[in-house]
Amino acid sequence: MEFFMQQLINGIALGSLYALTAIGYSLVYAVLELINFTHGTMYMVGAYLFYIFVSLCGFPFVPAFLLSIFLTGCLGYMVERYTLRPLRKKNLPKFTALICTIGVSIVIQNVMLLFLGSETRQYPTLFDGKYITVASANISYIQLFVIVMSVLLMAALTLFIRNSRMGMAMRATAQNAQATELMGIPVDRVVGLTFFFGAVLAAVSGIFACMIFRSVNLSIGAVTGNKTFAATVLGGIGELSGAVLGGLLIGIVETMTAGYISSSMRDIAAFVVLVAVLICRPCGLLGKPVRKKV
Amino acid sequence: MKNKNVLTKKYHTIFLWCILAALFIFPALDFSQYVYRICVISVLYAILAMSLNLISGVAGQISLGHIAYYGIGAYTSALLCVNFGVSVWVGILAAFLVSMIFGLLIALPTLKLSGGYLAILTMSFAEIIRLILLNWTSVTRGPMGILNIPKPQLFGYRIRSSSAYLWLVLVIAVLVYVVLHNLIHSRFGRNLKAIRDDEISSEAMGIHVYRHKVIAFVISTGIAGVAGALYASYMEFIDPTSFISDESTVILSMVVLGGMGNMKGSILAAFLLTVLPEALRSFSNYRMLVYGVVLVVMMMLKITDWSALKRAFKAAVTLKKERGDE
Repeated sequence: MEFFMQQLINGIALGSLYALTAIGYSLVYAVLELINFTHGTMYMVGAYLFYIFVSLCGFPFVPAFLLSIFLTGCLGYMVERYTLRPLRKKNLPKFTALICTIGVSIVIQNVMLLFLGSETRQYPTLFDGKYITVASANISYIQLFVIVMSVLLMAALTLFIRNSRMGMAMRATAQNAQATELMGIPVDRVVGLTFFFGAVLAAVSGIFACMIFRSVNLSIGAVTGNKTFAATVLGGIGELSGAVLGGLLIGIVETMTAGYISSSMRDIAAFVVLVAVLICRPCGLLGKPVRKKV
Repeated sequence: MKNKNVLTKKYHTIFLWCILAALFIFPALDFSQYVYRICVISVLYAILAMSLNLISGVAGQISLGHIAYYGIGAYTSALLCVNFGVSVWVGILAAFLVSMIFGLLIALPTLKLSGGYLAILTMSFAEIIRLILLNWTSVTRGPMGILNIPKPQLFGYRIRSSSAYLWLVLVIAVLVYVVLHNLIHSRFGRNLKAIRDDEISSEAMGIHVYRHKVIAFVISTGIAGVAGALYASYMEFIDPTSFISDESTVILSMVVLGGMGNMKGSILAAFLLTVLPEALRSFSNYRMLVYGVVLVVMMMLKITDWSALKRAFKAAVTLKKERGDE
């Protein structure tokens, strides 16, 4: 039971990070119906920028954090502005944009590789390994902090999407981009901003994840990218609550498999769950079936 | 006008035969084995790209897990040849069949979905297969890989050198091209194109959409399996790192670069994307960077879209002629 609780806590901490990243995926997919392969890269870039500011430049934590997520957001915006928008204007098939995001993420990763090298680096962290014991499970402060921050961010985002004008514009674009454009809403700006927010969320999640694991290297983006993509689809693509649910589920399944079966199975487990769910419920857990109209 | 068409068609055929002849003479020339080695790998990628082109290009169903069937083919043939001593030819045939069976098993549940769901599902299956190859050490020897995979034998002659192997893969590539070309231009292929363009109206026209998709997927996985078996016996060593999911995106980018559904384009893109990283080897640090930039720029310009290029060329020619007439 103790072991179970411990694994559950670890799973929730990991899952909430997946959930944060998955929301970004989901936002972009909802607006553009595009699988954004740069998302995992943004996760890595955010984590590295924070590392550069704190460990190499010696900034205090809070400004470094804000600066790095802002810069990553800008990078996300630039990716959309300079590569995807021209493609969209040309009306090329969707695959083209997909391959384009793959190309962009290869470029970004290799630029980082040129400047930073491929070694794993020690990551700055908060609270220095302190923990509290609740119901015989150890929860480290950083895990608690991450879970609380993730919940707060998700709540803020949900309110933003639901109530603000920009959120409404995003939802409208997701429903029907052409009609939205005709209503006088600058769709391009909405899409750009969606990419900005997506990259910000990925960066936040990347920074927190590296704080928990206390190390960073260039390959974190690719692994997390695939898993959060799985989480997004598991919950139902385009649904924010689905992304959160999917993220938590994947996180918990992963830590449970690692704890009870074997750690070499943990990566398989996430994908097996996804496959099983999609075969039973083709639109994901919370996704609504879309009727195709002629 | 009609006469002219016949003439261009004739030139076209002659041109194709010339290229084919050049390809087959090429291995007889005395280039270094390194050059032939890259050529063999390019041809294998061309086979993969052609096979993915059927399901992703012609039928429009995005698959992000094509490398898994290549891996299954490679492992099937390698395990049979190493453990049971069967001939490589039987291995290739077995690879074809086993990949098809796996393709069918995966296609049946997956192809009910489309778009992003299909993409992630094919990718997950590929990841699961790779992780099984990695972790099932009692059979696949996991990360240690399989060693000493035999080379095929033909009329008592063992195909050892890269240049000889190039002939073999070229023959198979041409075979695959002919089969797929005929398939795409048959009724089946036209139905697939209809499905790509509009699923609902093709269903209304009486095309069994799901069945068509599954058959196309199974054929494409079978061919990928053959390419895998050829790869295994060429390299004589395989391990799961050759079948990571990045490779699937590489193959998909070949199909997209070549222009969806365009086989010649796929082949061209396969050569380009295999030769390019090799050609850039001397700038090893910038190699992947340049590769990424090229990928993005090509997507932006779509310059290897074969048909677009041809159209642009024709437009330029006619413009020149018109100006000449004035």
